[in-house]
Amino acid sequence: MALFGSFALLLALLFSFYALGAGILSLYRENDRLAETARRAGISVFFAVTAAALALVVSVMNNDFSLAYIREHSNIALPGPYKFAALWSGQEGSLLFWAWLLSTYSLVVRVRHKVDVKLSAYAGAVLAGVQFFFLLLINFAAPPFALVTGAVPADGNGLNPLLQYPEMVIHPPMLYLGYVGMAVPFAFALGALIMRYPGEKWIAITRRWTMVAWLFLTCGIFLGAHWAYSVLGWGGYWGWDPVENASVLPWLTGTAFLHSVMMQEKRGMMKVWNVWLIFITFLLSIFGTFLTRSGVVSSVHAFAQSSIGTWFVSFMLLTFCICLFFFFKNRTHLRSENKLESLVSRESSFLFNNVLLLVSCFAVLWGTLFPILSEFVEGKKVTVGPPFFNKVNIPIGLLLLFLTAVGPILAWRSTSFESVKRNLRLPGGIAFAVMIALMVGGMRPWQADAGVFYALIAITLAALVIAAVSSEFIRGAKVIRGHTGKSFTASLVHLTRRNTRRYGGYIVHYGVVVICIGFAGAAFNQTKEQELGFRDSMQIGKYTLVCQKYTQDDNANYSTELAILDVYKNGKFLETMYPERRFFKASQQPATIVANRSTMLEDLYLVYAGKNVDTDHPIIKAHINPLVKWIWAGVWIIVIGTLVALVPNTPAAALLRPSRSSGTQLREPAADPQAVEVGD
Amino acid sequence: MGLGKRLFTTTAIVILAVATLGAGSSERFERLGHAMMCTCGCNQVLLECNHVGCPSSDKMRNELSAAMDSGSSDSGVLDRFVEKYGPPVLAAPLTTGFGRVAWIMPFAVLALALSGCIFLINRWRSRSGMQSALAATPADNDRAEALRMRARQETEL
Repeated sequence: MALFGSFALLLALLFSFYALGAGILSLYRENDRLAETARRAGISVFFAVTAAALALVVSVMNNDFSLAYIREHSNIALPGPYKFAALWSGQEGSLLFWAWLLSTYSLVVRVRHKVDVKLSAYAGAVLAGVQFFFLLLINFAAPPFALVTGAVPADGNGLNPLLQYPEMVIHPPMLYLGYVGMAVPFAFALGALIMRYPGEKWIAITRRWTMVAWLFLTCGIFLGAHWAYSVLGWGGYWGWDPVENASVLPWLTGTAFLHSVMMQEKRGMMKVWNVWLIFITFLLSIFGTFLTRSGVVSSVHAFAQSSIGTWFVSFMLLTFCICLFFFFKNRTHLRSENKLESLVSRESSFLFNNVLLLVSCFAVLWGTLFPILSEFVEGKKVTVGPPFFNKVNIPIGLLLLFLTAVGPILAWRSTSFESVKRNLRLPGGIAFAVMIALMVGGMRPWQADAGVFYALIAITLAALVIAAVSSEFIRGAKVIRGHTGKSFTASLVHLTRRNTRRYGGYIVHYGVVVICIGFAGAAFNQTKEQELGFRDSMQIGKYTLVCQKYTQDDNANYSTELAILDVYKNGKFLETMYPERRFFKASQQPATIVANRSTMLEDLYLVYAGKNVDTDHPIIKAHINPLVKWIWAGVWIIVIGTLVALVPNTPAAALLRPSRSSGTQLREPAADPQAVEVGD
Repeated sequence: MGLGKRLFTTTAIVILAVATLGAGSSERFERLGHAMMCTCGCNQVLLECNHVGCPSSDKMRNELSAAMDSGSSDSGVLDRFVEKYGPPVLAAPLTTGFGRVAWIMPFAVLALALSGCIFLINRWRSRSGMQSALAATPADNDRAEALRMRARQETEL
C-alpha cells in the first residue's frame, strides 16, 4: 500500500504540473486543444490523490504500522471511526486530506467549465498552481507513506485522546472544506483579473463558491468550539488560542467579501476592494495552516509542528507577489463605475461593516503575532490571551451588531434621516423596552464588572437587530399579501423565494444575533470546585449535587474514573450525571469526558477534575454557563439561512400561478413599481 | 411638558430605581485569576487550567489567595506574580512600555479606518455634486431610460 500510495502521489504531482504548465501555455497561445488536455490532467489529479488517500485509509484500517504516520496516530484498539479520522489527525495525513479536498473542488470547477470556458481555464491554471504546491509538500516535505526505520512495531502510539471524540471526526473536515474552499473564489478572482474579465459574471460564480466555503468554515469553527467545550473541560468554548484565531481570520474577511460583493453587483463599486478581500481571505487560509504547522506561536491545538513553515511562508510570499503584479498590471480594469453618494446609504453601511470586520481581523492577527513582535523588539516574551482579545473585539462586535440592525433599513444611494428615524422607531422602542426589562431583571452594569455592561448592550442590540430584520420581513410579506391575496405565512415564503439571497441573508443575521446572545451569557458564568465523598453534597446556584458513587472501569483502549452524581434543582431531583476522566493506554495521556446538562437557559457543566490522593475522593468542578445552547442554536439558524441564500431565486411567474385552493387570479407585483419596497 | 420629555423623565426614574435595587458580589479572585496564565505550558488562563496533577496551577491559586489576604492591591498582586514568574504570567500585555502598543494599535486602526471612510465618502459626494451641477443639461431619452433601468435593477425586490 505504501508503494501504491507514494506512486499515486507522484503521479498526482506530475498531472498537476502538466495542468499548470499546459494551462498557462494554452492561455498564452490561445490553444483550445492544449487547454483541454490541461483540464483533463487537472481532473486526473483528483483520481490520483483519491487513490493515495484511500491507500492511507486502507493502511490505517489494516493496522499497517510499517508506515511511520500510522504508527504515530493509530493503534490496534482504536475504534474504526477514529482510525478513519487518523487521516487528518497528523501533519502528513492532514496535508494529504487538504490536497484531496482541493482536488475535489478543482474537479467540480473543471467538470463545470462550460459555465464560462475561458474563465474556468484561467481559474483551473491557478488551482493547478495551488495543487502543485500541496503535492510538492506531501511528496517531499511531509510524505504520509514514509516507512518506519528499524523493526516494525506490534502496535502504534495511538491517537491523541483529545481527538477521540465524535466531533473530531467532522470538525477538521468542515474546517478544511472552508479553508480549501476559499481557493476556488481566489482562483476565479485572480483568473478574472489576469484576463480582464468583462462584466460581473465572475462575481456571481465566485459568490456562490464563497458562500459554500464560508458555511463550511462557520460550521468548522463552531464544531471546534463545541468540541473544546465538551472535551477540554475548562468550561469554555473559545480560548483565543492562536490556532482558533487562525480559523477566524479568513472567516472575517470572507464575511466582509460576502457583504461588499453586493455593491459590485448592484452598483459596479468596490472592485479593487473585493478582489483584494478574496486574495487576503485565501492567504489567511494558508496562514492558518502555517500557524498550526509551523510552531511559530505556542498553541494547545498545534498537534503537529515541523519545519514546513518555510514552505508555507515561501508560498504565501509568491502568491502575494503574483496577486500584486497582476493587480498593478490590470488595475485600470477595476475602476469603479459609481462612487458613494451619501454617508447614510446601504453602500455606506456595507463599507462600514467591511471596515469593522477588517479591523477585527487585524486586531485578532495583531494580538496573535504580538508575542513574536514583543520578543523581537524588547527581547522578552509576553502573553496575549483572552483578556486582550475580549477587550478589543467586543466593542467592535457591538458596533457590527448595530450596523446589522441599521443596514437593512437603509436604501441604496441615499436615505434621509427622516426615513431612518421612521423605520427605526419601532425596533428602537422594542430594544429600549428589552434593555429596561433586563435591568429590572437584575442585569445592572453599575453594580458589576464590564462583562455585564457588554452583555446588556449586546442583548439590547440583538433585540434591535431582530426587530429591524423582522420588520423587513413583515413589510415585504404585507406587500406580497396585498397583491396576491395569500396568507401571511405563504407571503413570507413567497417573499423569501423571490429573493433567497437577501432573505436568506437576513436569516443568517438572526443566527448571528442568537449566537451573540449566547456569548453575552458568559458574563454570568459561575464556577465551584469541591471534593465529594460518598453522599457528600455540593451547592452551585440553584443546583445541589449529591455524590452517589465514585468508581473506575477498564477496557482495551482506556481505563476510566467516574463519579455518579444526583442533581437536584431547588430540592427537586433532575437527573444523574456522570463526569469522567479517561486514561488512554497507548498514548499514556488523560482526557476529560464532561457531563453536561444543557437547557436553553443554562448549562450545568460538570468536570471530573481529579482525585484527592489522601482521601481517594473525586474532585468535581461545576460550572453554570448561561445561554450556551443559544450559540449552537444560532449556528443551525446560520446554516439554514445560508442554504436558503444558496437556492436560486424562483421566478415571479412561477410563484404567482394560482393555487388550487384559492383559485384567485393573481397579479405580478413587480410589474407595479409602487409595489416594490426598498431594494436589496 | 412634551411627550418626549415625559418619556425621558420616566426612563430616568426607572433607571434610578433599578440602580438602587440589590448589589452584585465582588469576584476579585475570579478577576485576578483570569488575568493570569498557568505557567505549566498548557497555554490556559490560570483559573481554567484543568490538568490532572498540574505542577503549577494549584500552587499559583494558593499564592493568589495568600496575596489577596495580605491586603495587596490588584496591581500589587499582579506585580508580585510578574516578579516571580516573569511577564508571560500576565494574560494580556501591560499598558506601559511596549505593551501599550498592543492595546493602542487596534483602536488606532479602527479610528483611522472609520475617519478615512467618512473623509472618502464626503469627498466623493462633493465631487459627484459638482459633476452633476456642471452636467445639468436636459438628459436625452436614452440616458434617462438607462438610469431608470439601473434604478429598477438596484431596487428590485
